[in-house]
Amino acid sequence: MSRLSIETPGRAQTVVEGLYRDVEHRISASPPGLCPVDMALSFLRLCHAQTCGKCVPCRIGLGQLTTLLEEVLDSTASLETIDLIEKTARVIQDTADCAIGYEAARMVLQGVQGFRDDYISHVEHGRCLFGLNQPVPCVALCPAGVDIPGYIALARAGRYNDAARLIRKDNPFPTVCGYVCEHPCEARCRRRMVDDAVNICGIKRFVCDHATDWTPPPCAEPTGKTVGVIGGGPCGLSAAYFLSLMGHKVVVYDQRPKLGGMLRYGIPDYRLPPEKLDADIEFILSTGIEVHTGVAIGKDIPFSEFENRFDAVYIAIGAHNDKKIGIEGEDSEGVYSAVQLLRDIGEGRVPDFRGKRVCVIGGGNVSMDAARTSIRLGAESVTCVYRRRIEDMTALMEEIEDAQSEGCQILPLQAPDHVEADENGRVTALWTRPQIIGAYGSDGRPRPRDAASPLFRIECDIVVVAIGQSIDSQPFEQVTPVVRGKIQAESDAFVPNTPHVFAGGDAVTGPATVIRAVAAGKVAAANIDTHLGFHHLIESDVDIPAPHLTNSPACGRVELRNRPVDECLSSFELVKCGMTEEEAQQETSRCLRCDHFGYGIFKGGRSNKW
Amino acid sequence: MVNVLINDVPVSVPEGTTIMDAAASVGIEIPNLCYLKDLNEISACRVCCVEIEGEGKLVPSCNNVVAEGMVIHTNTPRVREARRTNVELILSQHDNKCATCTRSGTCHLQKVANDLGVLTVPYPADLAKGKKAFWTTTFPLYRDTNKCIKCMRCVQVCDKIQSLSVWDVSGSGSRTTIDVSGNRVIKESDCSLCGQCITHCPTGALRERDDTAGAFAALASPDKVTVVQIAPAVRTAWGEAFGLESGAATVGQLVTALRQMGASYVYDTTFSADLTIMEEGTELLHRLQAGDLDKQPMFTSCCPGWVRFLKSQYPEMTGRLSTAKSPQQMFGAVAKTWLAQRLGVDPKDIFSISIMPCVAKKAERELPGMQSVPGAGDDVDLVLTTRELARMARAEQIDVPHLAESPFDSPLGDGTGAGVIFGATGGVMEAALRSAYFLTTGQNPPADAFREVRAGGPDRGWREASFDLAGTTLHCAVTSGLANARRLIQAIRRGEVKYEFVEIMACPGGCAGGGGQPVDGSDREKAGSRGAVLYELDQQAAQRFSHENPAVQALYQEYLDEPCSEKSEHLLHCDHFAWQMPQKH
Repeated sequence: MSRLSIETPGRAQTVVEGLYRDVEHRISASPPGLCPVDMALSFLRLCHAQTCGKCVPCRIGLGQLTTLLEEVLDSTASLETIDLIEKTARVIQDTADCAIGYEAARMVLQGVQGFRDDYISHVEHGRCLFGLNQPVPCVALCPAGVDIPGYIALARAGRYNDAARLIRKDNPFPTVCGYVCEHPCEARCRRRMVDDAVNICGIKRFVCDHATDWTPPPCAEPTGKTVGVIGGGPCGLSAAYFLSLMGHKVVVYDQRPKLGGMLRYGIPDYRLPPEKLDADIEFILSTGIEVHTGVAIGKDIPFSEFENRFDAVYIAIGAHNDKKIGIEGEDSEGVYSAVQLLRDIGEGRVPDFRGKRVCVIGGGNVSMDAARTSIRLGAESVTCVYRRRIEDMTALMEEIEDAQSEGCQILPLQAPDHVEADENGRVTALWTRPQIIGAYGSDGRPRPRDAASPLFRIECDIVVVAIGQSIDSQPFEQVTPVVRGKIQAESDAFVPNTPHVFAGGDAVTGPATVIRAVAAGKVAAANIDTHLGFHHLIESDVDIPAPHLTNSPACGRVELRNRPVDECLSSFELVKCGMTEEEAQQETSRCLRCDHFGYGIFKGGRSNKW
Repeated sequence: MVNVLINDVPVSVPEGTTIMDAAASVGIEIPNLCYLKDLNEISACRVCCVEIEGEGKLVPSCNNVVAEGMVIHTNTPRVREARRTNVELILSQHDNKCATCTRSGTCHLQKVANDLGVLTVPYPADLAKGKKAFWTTTFPLYRDTNKCIKCMRCVQVCDKIQSLSVWDVSGSGSRTTIDVSGNRVIKESDCSLCGQCITHCPTGALRERDDTAGAFAALASPDKVTVVQIAPAVRTAWGEAFGLESGAATVGQLVTALRQMGASYVYDTTFSADLTIMEEGTELLHRLQAGDLDKQPMFTSCCPGWVRFLKSQYPEMTGRLSTAKSPQQMFGAVAKTWLAQRLGVDPKDIFSISIMPCVAKKAERELPGMQSVPGAGDDVDLVLTTRELARMARAEQIDVPHLAESPFDSPLGDGTGAGVIFGATGGVMEAALRSAYFLTTGQNPPADAFREVRAGGPDRGWREASFDLAGTTLHCAVTSGLANARRLIQAIRRGEVKYEFVEIMACPGGCAGGGGQPVDGSDREKAGSRGAVLYELDQQAAQRFSHENPAVQALYQEYLDEPCSEKSEHLLHCDHFAWQMPQKH
């Protein structure tokens, strides 16, 4: 007998490890609307299978909980059963020896408290309060409800013009979204049950890069109604596009010299080339929209006067004001707000950061934009300071990775304390207070707190503050309710107690994403049309190819490649390369066509019009 | 055209044809359960799967289309195994007590299992129990969850054809079932009781509340004078339950059958259909003259499914309904008053039974205001669907194909061709116009003058026609199916269309396609062929104008004075506001 030996996993163990990964993927692809009690029972069974069997609460208790949950689901339980489940789970949580037991019990306890209504409904009526009603996960998760399986099928068939037309039924910014959408559609892609989510965003970019027909659908008969839109960003222009198609006369006002809003003045060119943005905007305007740029409603034209000119008004002013961080030295020379910095560049006022050391404060996408922009402005070094951990940053992981690969150093767990300046008031350093990550807060994220370490000095010449944006709602306060800076509108975009004022986008929700702005514009267009006394339908006559009968076997997801870093740093040229045709063909073939297979063929697979 | 090979047979079909249809085009049938053409092509049962060379998995043939060069096999060992296993799985969750099922002999599942020769099911039975299996026994619509195979047809027909979405998938996971949508109970839902879910169910999961025992008891009771009325559409279909073509078993044979079962008197609802025309036609002219129809039309009120629909979906339009009772209820009211007088019997001793192609009639007879004689109960004491009537005839071992014909009893057995066509979509309108023409001009039009309302007109869910009545143009619309009704009402409300008179029937094709009609398991929609039987009967009828019905004339002379007289209003009209929909329990 050897005294020690090297353990190698057996075949069974290797297979089981693989199954664990499959289950992880499977859970992350869960469709919305599943019975929570049934899911709790399924998780509980998994937990019980993990039990080593030593301790009573875990070995026996979890089993008894399983039986009791089954009784609830079979409606053979009484209301007392629910109390017994709660009590038993509480005791297991209190007395299990290790996390296998007490964490399992905690999950049951959370459920029995969190969705007790559903437990009661099962017991009393034999029914679940939940149900699947959004069978196509990508469409359900796209705020604008874009027909994703439809356009992927068209892309697979090489029908790029039709694919773009289909997208535009719900979203007039297909190109922009192909470049910068945060793609919530991919989060629960059913393909994850096989391998990984389809690269939906990349396919959309491919479609728009290859579409050649940029003629908009014909507008409906002129209605004689006029709509004034304040704000020429993605929200305002989306509403304008659909309203114009519906036959209304639309006039868009924007205070900046060019249309595009945050797309132009917030997103750097290396992520969204201006000509791509212009292409979408030109397409939208070609439906016959009148535009007035450089006019600020509420300043150049009083809102009350503006409101009276139109049959309906849509406020989509976005969130363009910067938020102050409120630390000592913030008004020193060399402190920029990220919003201001990006806007200046968008308007052609490009600062020179050559040889400068830059500190960026914040962990969101805007701070990554500010950091990578600073690098391109010639900064000698860029340090991103964030008070939590990197994994807690709200920026997309790919943005963080791109920033890091371009040389941006991320300094996590440092809370800005004050800005140090020289006698001339120029920034010399950013002082930060080291943090330690701590207990979880009510938002489900671990909270940082001050560490028992001395203040930390980061020598720098420039500080860019990127901690969020606010809304310039002041000009509208007289006519619309504003709460905590946000314009108050109902879920149908109508502003209460006004004759015909609607509002949406960042100005109502606070800073969000392009696709949410588009969705808000779509909602507003529909409801403004109704308000004006019409019922125009926006529809697409594109026929969707029949699905291929056999899905492609497990296959890696195509990711977009970046150009070599060296090439990227010196200019604002586009960083990400689009898919090749070969890649696009393979990636489109990975779509499982949930519009046809599964629940989608029965209900909710496709809405041809809205 | 697309060329494929199915079981080695070359097939050429238009692009977009499903594999199932392509196979059927050369006589190759592929078993299926959930499939219902154009309505439910969701491949849920997976019984219709076939093997396609080069494809990884078996492919459902009902909703996948052929592609050029496909080589398809419908009967390989792999297909056989899959088909049989899926049927066995369905059977494991089905209450296989065929001997006590109304659909034995017309059940799709029974046929598919029998055809496959399934003798045992290898899986343990897994049936719902307790609360999961509960359904009210008092509502006219009955659902047996353990016979439901979750094919979703009821969901689809209620969504797409009737636009009421009463049924929905409930829950998720292994306990997924079909239930009343929105976690409602059926009694408190806005179910119109059209019964289309029943006639489209492949099994016995859905049926009407069975009232045959009550009917047998009444027919056998020495203390009761049983008065039976037979609705027009019943004569088109009752023989189907005995394997006969639509219309092959006549109403005369049905009269004989009912007499054999013990009915004291057998009458024709066609009589009260004619009476309805007198009342509703007169009301129409009154409302027209009073300017009441300048903005919105008067709707027909003879279909209780439609009335339930309007009251639940557009309650503010309840006043647009004609106040005339339906023919069933007019008959009931007359039976316990004038008829009782003429027969010299106490109304309390009359037990009034109606045979209807309809489930909603079972609810209509209980409505407030449908009791004309204090102490004599409801005007109609019991309603049987055509299916229940057929079950009773079967129980009595009546040899339907060889029955002799007998005439209806008099006087309520007199009906005209105008009353007969009530059973087909457009029939009420046409009959009303024939008499309205007479009432305004004093002379009869040609009997077929208004046949335009039977078909034609713009294809947007309803038909329309305009007629000149003594210088006044009457704009009419006709539709059937409640989704069509909804489209029409929305167009009216948006001001896109304007009519004075609108006929709506809840069931597609009218009562001929009623939810109480026989189901033969063929999945063929029969409203058209049954309706044609009614128009043929009208064509052959001695009298084709409701106002010429001698019994109707006698009723006015002896009892009611004239249409819409005070007495007529009391007996033959109703207050649609007297009850709530959905009903509160």
